[in-house]
Amino acid sequence: MNQPPTLQLRHLLGLETLDAQQITALLDLAGQMKAVNQRRIKKLPTLRGVTVLTFFVENSTRTKMSFELAAKRLSADVMGFAASTSSLSKGETLLDTARNLEAMAPDIVVIRHSSSGAPHFLAERIGCGIVNAGDGAHEHPTQGLLDIFTMREKLGTLQGKKVAIIGDLAHSRVARSNLHGLHKLGADVHVAGPATMIPPGIEELMCTAHTRVEPAIEGADVVMMLRIQRERQGNDLIPHAHEYHRFFGLDQQRLKLAKPGALVMHPGPMNRGVEIAPEVADGAQSVILQQVENGVAVRMAVLYAVAVTRGLEEKP
Amino acid sequence: MSEPSVLLDRAHLEQVLCHLAEEVLAQPWACDPDDLPLLVGIREGGVVVAEELARILSLSLGKKPTVGALDITFYRDDTWLKGPRMTGGHTDLPADLTGQRLLLVDDVLFTGRTVRAALNALVDFGRPRAVLLAALIDRGGRELPIQADVVGLRVDVPAGHTLEVMCDDKGQLRAVLQVPNA
Repeated sequence: MNQPPTLQLRHLLGLETLDAQQITALLDLAGQMKAVNQRRIKKLPTLRGVTVLTFFVENSTRTKMSFELAAKRLSADVMGFAASTSSLSKGETLLDTARNLEAMAPDIVVIRHSSSGAPHFLAERIGCGIVNAGDGAHEHPTQGLLDIFTMREKLGTLQGKKVAIIGDLAHSRVARSNLHGLHKLGADVHVAGPATMIPPGIEELMCTAHTRVEPAIEGADVVMMLRIQRERQGNDLIPHAHEYHRFFGLDQQRLKLAKPGALVMHPGPMNRGVEIAPEVADGAQSVILQQVENGVAVRMAVLYAVAVTRGLEEKP
Repeated sequence: MSEPSVLLDRAHLEQVLCHLAEEVLAQPWACDPDDLPLLVGIREGGVVVAEELARILSLSLGKKPTVGALDITFYRDDTWLKGPRMTGGHTDLPADLTGQRLLLVDDVLFTGRTVRAALNALVDFGRPRAVLLAALIDRGGRELPIQADVVGLRVDVPAGHTLEVMCDDKGQLRAVLQVPNA
């Protein structure tokens, strides 16, 4: 019998640096993990003795819980660390905090940080596997993977499928990870949003940009709505939330432009009535909650691949 | 270093499979047509053996036992030695095995580590009434206290050699090769 190929993954910093084969391998692995999550006993013994530290220097509920659940389902030990309760709020630098965490000898640090590149900074300086759980406006690779996993699960393949990503492309790390991953798997990606939210040069990420939403959605297999980040710069980039909804929000009328049965996606948390109408968010074409479910399986796949790759290197 | 040699060809394999089936039929737990054991093949080789075994058993029983598949990748004890493996296929079993009688089927029984992993995996599907073990070939060399209940063929394989079970794309066993380790 042929041995199945192995996947080497020392860190997961972004989808930009993965190739199509690695992404596909992670998605296949996530499929196996999803099957485990549908059993009555949702647990594997694989990562016994592995310590996973979640280091979230920016608020998150869904992603942090999803990573912690993923680690527990693989029998890893998991510790959480939140910025508001840590010494970072007492003025300690990121590197000093990270070195202290490293002294506790975790195998993997899952980091979310408001600065782009923070995971890369740590990956070069501390000796454990780093998994990026969102860095500034740069990447959110596990969200990108779970979005692509959900699309592949529903559509069979990404090759030649039209995916529309609507909203604040300039500040969305979710969009950036999706753009990298979708392009590598052969999807035809269209983006649309107000001019203030479409950065110049976005076509370099191999997508077609529109300033109106209709041509992006027309004939699409997937419509992914991004969140207007109202707590950040979101409110300054658009005149009014109601106006945004009128011109860029996804309602049932606009959804009719897409292919019949097109998938409606949103990375959450949603602003109902701003980027997405409630009846669309809760409608039959919405896979938003399945994205959340798939997130656990995708993160199990990532933690497994990183932990085992590193365990192999440490072998005497 | 010696060359790969053919241990069993297809004709010989058919005899070994028939012998394995006879051994199964000689067991009191195997012959009640209303309570046939579920054949659980260990991926990949065990599933092929389980399918072939079910085919032969159906000739005597008048009814084909159900065949399931078990992937043990995440239960192996050599993950840390061999790196993250992409699994060959999905586990395909009823959601709950509680109360079921199972016949675990593998192609080659050697160290017993695969069977250990399979037993751990099975209990994550409930509490089977009984688990019995069938091996197409038992080559000895156990590293764990595990023995098969029924065996098709017992052979001595020189140390430093691996038995490779070859299948065709129709899912039929074709040959068993004895291959020197690299």
